[in-house]
Amino acid sequence: MTAAQKRARPRVGPLASRPGPAPEMDVDALIDDREIGIIVCCGSGGVGKTTTSAALALRAAERGRRVVVLTIDPAKRLAQSMGIEQLDNTPRPVSGLRTNAKGNRKGGGLDAMMLDMKRTFDEVVESQAAPEKARQILDNPFYIALSSSFSGTQEYMAMEKLGQIHADAQRDGTYDLIVVDTPPSRSALDFLDAPERLSSFLDGRFIRLLLTPAKGPARMMTAGLGIITGALNKILGTQVLRDMQTFVAAFDTLFGGFRQRAQKTFELLQADGTAFLVVAAPEPDALREAAYFVERLADDDMPLVGMIVNRASPAPRGTLSADEAMAAATRLRQRDPESLTAGLLHLHADQSRIVEREERLRARFAAAHPQVPTAVVPALPGDVHDLAGLRRVGELLAGD
Amino acid sequence: MSVPSTADWSRVRLHVVTGKGGTGKSTVAAALALGLASHGKQVLLCEVEGRQGIARMFDVDPLPYAERRLATGLRHEDRPPGTVHALHIDAESALLEYLAMYYKLGRAGKALDRFGVIEFATTIAPGVRDVLLTGKVFEAVQRNSRNKGAIQYDAVVLDAPPTGRIAQFLNVSGELAGLAKVGPIKSQSDTMMTLFRSPRTAVHLVTVLEEMPVQETADGIVDLTAAGLPVGGVVVNQVRSRDISDDDLDAARDGRLDTDRLAADLEEAGVDLAAGLVDGLVAEAHDHAVRRALEDSQRQVVAGLGRPSYELPRLAGGVDLGGLYELAATLKQQGLA
Repeated sequence: MTAAQKRARPRVGPLASRPGPAPEMDVDALIDDREIGIIVCCGSGGVGKTTTSAALALRAAERGRRVVVLTIDPAKRLAQSMGIEQLDNTPRPVSGLRTNAKGNRKGGGLDAMMLDMKRTFDEVVESQAAPEKARQILDNPFYIALSSSFSGTQEYMAMEKLGQIHADAQRDGTYDLIVVDTPPSRSALDFLDAPERLSSFLDGRFIRLLLTPAKGPARMMTAGLGIITGALNKILGTQVLRDMQTFVAAFDTLFGGFRQRAQKTFELLQADGTAFLVVAAPEPDALREAAYFVERLADDDMPLVGMIVNRASPAPRGTLSADEAMAAATRLRQRDPESLTAGLLHLHADQSRIVEREERLRARFAAAHPQVPTAVVPALPGDVHDLAGLRRVGELLAGD
Repeated sequence: MSVPSTADWSRVRLHVVTGKGGTGKSTVAAALALGLASHGKQVLLCEVEGRQGIARMFDVDPLPYAERRLATGLRHEDRPPGTVHALHIDAESALLEYLAMYYKLGRAGKALDRFGVIEFATTIAPGVRDVLLTGKVFEAVQRNSRNKGAIQYDAVVLDAPPTGRIAQFLNVSGELAGLAKVGPIKSQSDTMMTLFRSPRTAVHLVTVLEEMPVQETADGIVDLTAAGLPVGGVVVNQVRSRDISDDDLDAARDGRLDTDRLAADLEEAGVDLAAGLVDGLVAEAHDHAVRRALEDSQRQVVAGLGRPSYELPRLAGGVDLGGLYELAATLKQQGLA
C-alpha cells in the first residue's frame, strides 16, 4: 500500500466501546421445551454445524424427545455411525441411544436423514404435475441445471423437506422435534434468501416474457423481444432458447405451487415453535456472518434463541501472563537453547494470546448483540464420528 | 517445517486456491499473491464469491469490478518487489463486459439488461455463473487485443470456491454441455478448458491437520484428477509450533515430565511459582502433545496424497497484513511462490 493510499483512508475504531460477557445460553432448557418443535442450526461453512445439529438431536432424544435430524452433508464416518450413509431421502432410525441411564427419561427416539437435493426437487415436480408433464420437465436440460446446481436449490430443498417432514409429523405424530442442519453455504444468509431467490427467478421478467410474448401490454415489447431473441440466438445458439422456452412453459403451472409452499415454510420458521441457533467459530469471518444472521433474523421476525461458538481454544491454566511467560522463556533459552521449560512457557504464551484474541472477538460480538445468549464449546482434539463423541459434544453444549 | 519442495511452479500462470470452509484459503491465496509478486512481478489476485474478503484482509475499501493496485509484493533477496493487483469478479458485470467485448449488440445489449435477461442468465445455474466468472479469470490470464491497455500479469491467483465445488467450478465445458451444445459460447468454454487443463494452471488445496479437511482434500484431488484438471500443491495451514522435541512430547502425553526440574527452571527464570503453575504447564503440555500426535497422523495422510506439500504456522495473534507477508515469505522459502 502506498503512503498516499494510507492517508486517504480514515481508520475506524472498535465496533463497540463497552465489550462485556454475553448471557449464557441454557441448551437443555431449549431441547426440553416441548413448545419448541423445530430447531434450525445456521452458520457459515466450516464451523461445525452438522456435528452441532447431530449432537443436539441426540441429546434431546436421550432426554425423552422424539427427534428427527435433517442433515445436509455429514462427514462419511459420522453418517455411518448414524446409519444414514445411503442417500435415500427418508429418515432412518439411529440405534445405540442411551435411554435409561441416570437422569434420562425413556421414550425418546432419534431418526436421521441426509438430504438429496435433486431427488427432493424431482419429488416435488412429480407430486405437482401429471406424469407426462412431469417427465417432460425432468428431462429438460434447464430443469436438470436448475435442480442440480442452481445456487439456492439446496437451501430451498432443505426448506421444502423441512415443510414435508413437519406436515407428516403433525399428521402422524411421529416426531415432536425436528433439528435442521442448513447447507454448507458460503453465507449463513443463503438459507433464508433461497426461497426468495427461487421465487424471484421464476417471477423474472424474462421468464414472463418467454411465456407470454404477445399478450396485452406485452405486445408493445415484442419488437424488443425480437432483438433479444436474435441476440441470444447469436450468442447461445438457437437450441438453447428453444429448451428454455419449453422448460418455462412446462414449469409454469408449477410456479404458483412452488411459491405457496415456500411461503408456508417461511411462515413455519417465523412461528413460535421454531428456534434458530446460530453456530459460529471464534474467528472474525465466522462471527461476522453470525452477526449478519442475527440482524437478519430480527428483521424477518424469526425467533433466535442463541449462538453456539464452537472450536474455542481451551483457556490457559494459571495466571501467568503471555508477556511474563515469553520473558521467562527468553531468559531460560539464553542459558539453554533447548530448554523444555522454555518451550512450555512459549506454548503457554501462544495459548494465552490465542484465547485473549478469541475472547476479544466474542466480547465485541456480545457488545454489538447483547441480547444473544451464547454457549461456548471448547475445541475437541479429534473429529467426532460416533454416538459417544456426539454425546460428549452434547454435554459440552449443555455446559456439563 | 517441511523441506523446500522440488516442485517447480514457475511455468504456472494461473494459481487456483481452494480449500474446505474455515481452513483459510483466502488467507493462503493472498499470501501466495504477495509471495509471487516479488522481483518486480505483476500479480492479479481475484475473488469470485462476492465476499469482499480481499478488501477486508488488506484493509481497503470494497473492491469494484475493476483491477486495482492493492499492495506491494514481498521483498525478497533485496530485489525490488512487484505489485499485487486485485479484482472482484461478479457474474453480472462479467456478462456485460463479455457482451461488449465480443458482440457489437448496440441497442440489444441494453435491452437484454432491461428485459431481465442478464439476471436470468446469471441465476439459472452456477453452470452459467461459473462460466462467466472463470471466463473473466481466463481473460486476465490470457489477455488479448480486445482489452486495450490492460496489464499483462506474470501470474493470476484465484481465491476459488471451496474444495467440494472446485472441480465442477473449473470444468466449465462439462457444466455447459447440457445447455449449449453448439455456438460461440461452447467454443469459448472449450478454449478456457484448454488453459485450465494445461500445465500453466495449478489448483492448490488448502487444509488444516484435522481429519475432515484432510479427507476433503483427498476427495478434491480425486475429483480434479477425474476432470483432467492439474492438481498443484497441498498447503497445510495453521500448523502448531513444533519446538518441543518428540521425546518430550511423549513424556508430556504419558505424564512423565520432570516437574521438579520444571519448578527449578521457572524459579531460575524469576517466575513466581504461583499455585498450580507447574501443574498447569504440565496439563497444557499434555493437551498440546495429544493434538500434535493427531496432527502428525494427519500429516502422514497428507504425505500419502502424493502431492508436494507446504506448511504455514498458526499465527497466535491472528492474520493481519503483517501476518500475510510473514506467510508469503514462508511460501516463498518453501518454494510454492
